[in-house]
Amino acid sequence: MNEFERACGFAPFAPDKAEKSAFLTSALRNLTAQHYQNCRAYRNMLDAGGINPEKINDYHDIPFLPVSLFKQMTLKSIPDNEVFKTMTSSGTSGQAVSKIYLDKNTAANQQKALVKIVSEFTGASRLPMLIIDSPSVVKDRAMFSARGAGILGFSIFGADRTYALDDNMQIDIPAVKAFLERHQGQKILLFGFTFMVWQHFYKELLKLDEKINLSNGVLIHGGGWKKLIFEAVSPAEFKRCLSDVCGLSDIHDYYGMVEQTGCIYMECPQGHLHASIFSDVIIRRPLDFSPAAIGEKGIIQVVSVLPESYPGHSLLTEDEGIILGEDDCPCGRKGKYFKILGRLKNAEIRGCSDTYAVKF
Amino acid sequence: MPLNFNDLQFVIGSADRAVAMSLLKPLPPFADEVIEFLNALSKELMKKSRGFSDVATFAFWCRKPALLQEKKSYDDLASRLGRGVIFHSTPSNVAVNFAFSFAAGLLAGNANIVRLPGKEFAQVDLICAVINELLQQDFQNLAPYICMVKYPPHKEISDAFSALCNGRVVWGGDETIARMRLSPLPPRAVEITFADRHSLQVINAEAYLQADNKERLAQDFYNDTYLSDQNACTSPRIIIWLGNKTETAREIFWQKLHLLLKDKYNLAPVQAVGKLSAFYKAAAEKPLRLCASPDNLIMRLELERLDEDLMDYKYNSGFFFEYQAENLAEILPLASVKCQTLTYFGLEKEQLAEFFKTVRPHGIDRAVPMGKSMDFTLVWDGYDLIRELSRKISIL
Repeated sequence: MNEFERACGFAPFAPDKAEKSAFLTSALRNLTAQHYQNCRAYRNMLDAGGINPEKINDYHDIPFLPVSLFKQMTLKSIPDNEVFKTMTSSGTSGQAVSKIYLDKNTAANQQKALVKIVSEFTGASRLPMLIIDSPSVVKDRAMFSARGAGILGFSIFGADRTYALDDNMQIDIPAVKAFLERHQGQKILLFGFTFMVWQHFYKELLKLDEKINLSNGVLIHGGGWKKLIFEAVSPAEFKRCLSDVCGLSDIHDYYGMVEQTGCIYMECPQGHLHASIFSDVIIRRPLDFSPAAIGEKGIIQVVSVLPESYPGHSLLTEDEGIILGEDDCPCGRKGKYFKILGRLKNAEIRGCSDTYAVKF
Repeated sequence: MPLNFNDLQFVIGSADRAVAMSLLKPLPPFADEVIEFLNALSKELMKKSRGFSDVATFAFWCRKPALLQEKKSYDDLASRLGRGVIFHSTPSNVAVNFAFSFAAGLLAGNANIVRLPGKEFAQVDLICAVINELLQQDFQNLAPYICMVKYPPHKEISDAFSALCNGRVVWGGDETIARMRLSPLPPRAVEITFADRHSLQVINAEAYLQADNKERLAQDFYNDTYLSDQNACTSPRIIIWLGNKTETAREIFWQKLHLLLKDKYNLAPVQAVGKLSAFYKAAAEKPLRLCASPDNLIMRLELERLDEDLMDYKYNSGFFFEYQAENLAEILPLASVKCQTLTYFGLEKEQLAEFFKTVRPHGIDRAVPMGKSMDFTLVWDGYDLIRELSRKISIL
C-alpha cells in the first residue's frame, strides 16, 4: 500500500494530532527516502545538508525546498518517458514559471484527494456546475496553467458544466440564465478564481438591471487575494457583496498551489482554512526556521503525501501565515486550521547594480 | 542642442548651463580651486552628516589634506588637462556613490553632468543642497562646471547628454551599461563602465588566531559584507582560508561575526528563504557541504573544489562559500574578468604582488585589507579615474 492509499484509509478531517502526526511522519519519511533514491538533485541537496532520510523521526525534520527551486531547475523522480503531464504555475509573461512533472499515478491521486476533501464541503453527489471563467483557459491541454488545472480538477464535481464568461472574459448572461433555468430549485456549484469572480462576475452582476438568484449555490474560489488587495477588498466584504448582489452565501475560499495540486486547504464556515489528512501546514520562524507556536506569524511550509513523481512533498512557500489552532475548530474538523497573511514582503536589498532603474 | 524634456529635472544647474559646458576651459587635474571647493564641501558635510555614515565617509574622503596626498601620487599632472564634459550615470540604489563619481570628474579637470539616483535619498538631497549653497557663495567660479539632474531612464535624454560629453561614466551594472550604450558618444569621447562584478576574501588562519582584536575584525568583515547586504560588487562571496589551524580559526571567526549580527543585522523573511533556495540550487549541482549554524543569519557552504562557474551560484544577505586552499594560486579559477576585489587578512603585500606577477589572472583589480573593500579611491575597478578622465599632452 502506498502513502496515498494509507491516507485514504482515514476520513480527511477525522484524525487528531497524535494520529495524524504518526501517519505523516511515516508516510513523509518514506516519500523522502523514495525521492532520495530516484532524484539525483534531491539526493545531492540532502547529502549537502547532512540529512539521512532513514534517520528522520518526525516529519517536522524533513527538509523543505523553497518553491522557487521548481522555477530554476528540473526536479523529478521519474524517467522522462513516465511524465504524463507537466503543470506550470500561472506566472505573468516574462516571469519564470514552476514546472511540476506528474506521472499517471500522482496525477490520479491529486484528483482523488481533491474529491475527498471537497466532498466534505459540497456533499458526495455531483452538482450542476457554473464555472466563473472562460472556456479558453482549458483549451490548450499541452501545458496546464494553474487556472486551467484548477478548473479541470474541480470539474469532476460538476454536472452540466457551464462557463459563465465568454472568450473575451465578458459575462455570458444568456448562458447563465439558461443554466439557472435548467436547475431551478437545485443546489448548484460555482467555481472560479477569486479575482475573476470579483472582477468579471460580481462587478458585472452589479450592473445588471434584473437580479440573478444564486441563493442555492455554493461557491468555491481560490487563487489568492493579491490582486484584490489593490482594490482594497477584504474577505468579509467579498462575501457580503456577493450575498447582496445574488444571494450567494455559502462561500468557501481555498488555499493551494500548483506545486502541491490536489491537497487544497478549504475554508470552513468559521472562515478557517483546514489541513486534511493528505497534507499539513507548519509555520516556520524566519530567523532560524524553527516551527512557530500557535498564533505566531511565520513562513508557511506545506507537506503533502501526494507527490511521488517529483520531490515536492515538503515545500517552503513564499507566503506568510498563522496557525489558529489544532483539533479544536468549532466547525468540528480535526487537524490544524490557519489563515494566510499574504506574500512575503520583498526586501530592498542594497548593492551596486540598479534594481530600481526602471522606476526613475 | 536644446535640452527641453518634460521629465528632466535640474537639481543643480540648468539646461542652458549644461549646453554651455562644452565652451568652458578644461581645468588641470587637482586644480587649487577644485581642492578648495571639495574641502569646503567636506567641512559643511561633516557638520551636517549626523546619522548618515555614508555622507561622513565622503566628507572625510574629500578633505584637503587627503586630496593633496592623492595628488602626490601623480607625477605627470603638469602635462594633463581635463577632457571637457563628463556625463555620469550613477547607480539608482546607492545614495552617495554619485558624489564620489562627481568629485573624481571634477578633480580630473572636467565639467560634470551627473544623473542622480532615481530612488529618493535624504543623503542626495543634503549633498546637493550644500553644493548649491557653495556654488552661490564662495565658489561661483565653479558653478558653470556642475549640473546634477534626475530623469527616468528615457533614451532621448541620455542621447542628448551623451552627445555633448567628452567622457561618460556609467555605474549600475551590466543592464544599465547595455541600455546606456544605445546612446551614441562623439567619436573622441571615452567611456568608463562599472559592470557587475564579484569579490572574494582570503584569510590566513594562523594570523587570524594571533590577532588580538577579533571583535574589530568581525566589524571590518561586516562592513565589507552585511553593510551592503553582501550585494555590492566589492562584497566577498567566498572566503578562502590559508595556512594551518583553519578549523579553529573558522569556528572563532564565524562565532564572533554571529555575535555582532545578532545585534546589528535584520534579516527579512524573504532573504532567509532566498538563501535556502540558493543553497539547494548550489547543492544540487556542486559538491559542497552546509556548515552548521545556530540560525539563518550566516549561511556557509564548504566547497570541495573551486570551479570557474561558482559565482553563477552566488547569493547575498550572508551567503558564503568557503574553501581551504594550500596556496593563493589555487584561486585562479575564480579570478576571472568578472572578479573585482580581493580583501585579505594576514597576507603580505609582496605575497599578493607575487600572485599577480606569477599567476597573471584576467580579473581582480584591487587587493585591499579586510574592512576596506568599500573605501573609494581614485583608482577604482581597474581604472585610474584621474588619468582616464583627463588627457595627456605631449610636447616633443
